[in-house]
Amino acid sequence: MNKIWLIIQREYSSRVKNKRFLILTFLMPLLIVGLIAASAYLSISGVEHRNIAVVDPNGYIKNSLKNTNQISFSFPNNIDTNNYTQQGYTDILILPSFEKNKKADYILRSKKSMGLMLQESISNKINSAIEDQMLQDAGIKQSILDSIHSASQFAELKAYEDKGKSSKESNAGLAMGIGYASGLLIYMTMFIYGAMVMRGVMEEKTNRIAEVIISSVKPFELMMGKIIGIGAVGLTQFLLWIVLIISLTSVAMGFLPSDIQHQVNTLQQSNGQMAGGMMQASESAVKIYNIQHTINTANWPLIIGCFIFYFIGGYLFYASLFAAVGSTVNEDPQDAQSLMFPITMPLIFSYIITNMVTQNPNTPIAFWASIIPFSSPMVMMARVAYGVPSAVSYWELALSMITLIAGFIFTTWLSGRIYRTGILLYGKKVTWKIMFKWAFKNS
Amino acid sequence: MDALLSLSNLKKYYATQKAVDDISFDIKRGSIFGLLGPNGAGKTTLLRMITGIFYPDGGSIILDGQPFNPIEDIQKIGYMPEERGLYKKMKIGEQALYLAQLKGLSKAEATEKIKYWFKKFEMETWWNKKVEDLSKGMSQKLQFVITVLHEPKLIILDEPFSGLDPLNANLIKEEIYNLAKKGSTIIFSTHRMEQVEEICDHIVLMNLGKKILDGTVTEIKQQFKENSFVIQTDNTTGIKENAIFNTMSHIENKIIVKINPGYQSNDVLKYLLQENINIVSYNELLPSLNDIFIHLVENTHATARAFQNVQN
Repeated sequence: MNKIWLIIQREYSSRVKNKRFLILTFLMPLLIVGLIAASAYLSISGVEHRNIAVVDPNGYIKNSLKNTNQISFSFPNNIDTNNYTQQGYTDILILPSFEKNKKADYILRSKKSMGLMLQESISNKINSAIEDQMLQDAGIKQSILDSIHSASQFAELKAYEDKGKSSKESNAGLAMGIGYASGLLIYMTMFIYGAMVMRGVMEEKTNRIAEVIISSVKPFELMMGKIIGIGAVGLTQFLLWIVLIISLTSVAMGFLPSDIQHQVNTLQQSNGQMAGGMMQASESAVKIYNIQHTINTANWPLIIGCFIFYFIGGYLFYASLFAAVGSTVNEDPQDAQSLMFPITMPLIFSYIITNMVTQNPNTPIAFWASIIPFSSPMVMMARVAYGVPSAVSYWELALSMITLIAGFIFTTWLSGRIYRTGILLYGKKVTWKIMFKWAFKNS
Repeated sequence: MDALLSLSNLKKYYATQKAVDDISFDIKRGSIFGLLGPNGAGKTTLLRMITGIFYPDGGSIILDGQPFNPIEDIQKIGYMPEERGLYKKMKIGEQALYLAQLKGLSKAEATEKIKYWFKKFEMETWWNKKVEDLSKGMSQKLQFVITVLHEPKLIILDEPFSGLDPLNANLIKEEIYNLAKKGSTIIFSTHRMEQVEEICDHIVLMNLGKKILDGTVTEIKQQFKENSFVIQTDNTTGIKENAIFNTMSHIENKIIVKINPGYQSNDVLKYLLQENINIVSYNELLPSLNDIFIHLVENTHATARAFQNVQN
């Protein structure tokens, strides 16, 4: 026991003291934030502007078609499919003369083909313009129509999940986001830390230090020391990230003007309603309040608790398999690639299932994938984000945890048997068949 | 005999070969023991059983008067494997400390001993260097220090001199003698015969997993001597064909003769005196271990061993 502790300490401190660890830990969140910001910027700035000439023989939609920052509509005279580019338009839209209640085609011609999203948005605009026109024809005034349009934006869907007598506000978008993010995080860490374990084992084997150490400790102790030590590195990294995120957000909040901060506080105390007679909350205060309010709808202690459990469980499950593969590799790291395949396949497959489950947390596939330990760390996290017991019942969660524990006990046992033979064996190409023999043959 | 280690009927079978097949021998306390054999003879497997890395399939190991217990007896053994290894990126001092602690030393004890040995081998400045900065010979010295640091009763050295320059090889050799004098028992595995002749008190030769030779170096040489003598004279031409000996080779004033059965070494001298040939020197020619080794191992198809099947 004392010796495992020594090994854990070495594995842990040799990695945490490494400069790479610190750089990765502090740059990774910045990198992720930067990536999100960059992609958001690109999606806003990178849109093309379409200047569309509309040929509308009966003047049907001229008053109802609205411009946006992507599309501007013009109604020039003397334009046709031959000269619209000369006149500076990117597209030409030709409307037929409508007859009431009869479906008609309208034609869009462009020099550059138009994206699907843009086409859809034009189609929606034209249809709603026609709808408006029809309503006006039926005798409804434009001013009434406008007020109806703006009024319809006041209503907002608020979903609540029933919990016995009380109900709690839920947010499917947030659940999906959390589920996806934690699934992705577990997937990535399985790969990163699994590969780290494998490389560590390979290093010891190809360095031939394994034999020196194994004359002092049991192979199983060496393997477990390495797995636990690297797992602790992973947990440290998560912890630092959480601290970093919390301190960054509080720093960011500190930069807000004090009146907005005050308004946000007032909104929090009054549960989103500005008390009568008080000043109206500014738009940004309401936005910040809404974000905070949405984030608070998630059951964070449950999610963080489950995340830590599934990270540890999944890590132990996969890391020992990676260790077993590492122990069988000879001088050539290329060998590892083909042996890793049976481990990486279930990981990738689980990730695909996780993507599905974030949208539909209650399909039979979601259920089974969250019980089977190969995929449960990722898939169950995606489901747990939707709430326990509303999306996942307690017994499902318990069953999933128990099978994961049983799973990692099994893979650890299995890998221990492969490892103790593999780590001292040189010059022999090992296949999965041979590894299977080592694991199950009594010796 | 006061044996530190005694093996009896030790066996280890792999799927395709009998790596160690029924081997027994004793090693005297405080002796330097040579374990010899061609490549693939089963030496490494045997050593791994002695160090507790492998469990034997049969037979028993008695260490220091008690049945060998791989977990309890780790501290009594220091093992330096043939293929040596250290963590390349780890600082040398920390590495030595870590490996010593794995052997069961406390941190304070280990630090003190490392300092002692580093001073002795003039390695004090290495403490904060990394192994990747060391030359092969330097890391060899470090590995030796790590092996003997915890003062094991049994020190197992697999090819300890490979890659060392003569100066450092001598340094290690002196240390081996010193350790033996202090009471440690040393197992020395090699196929460099001249080193064995020089260092070892007692040897065992293995081939194809079996013990084929066991004894002290002098005993074995006596056992394999061929009644050959080297005679140096003023006048070798005076030696004629005779019934007592055959001349095997003739270089300048030296001849090597083999005494025929039924005659003694004194009969040769008598003959030379009778013929009035002036003897400058007369020595028995003992075979070198190298010759004995080649003689015993040749023609056994040791190299084809990997493909041999086990017949049970």
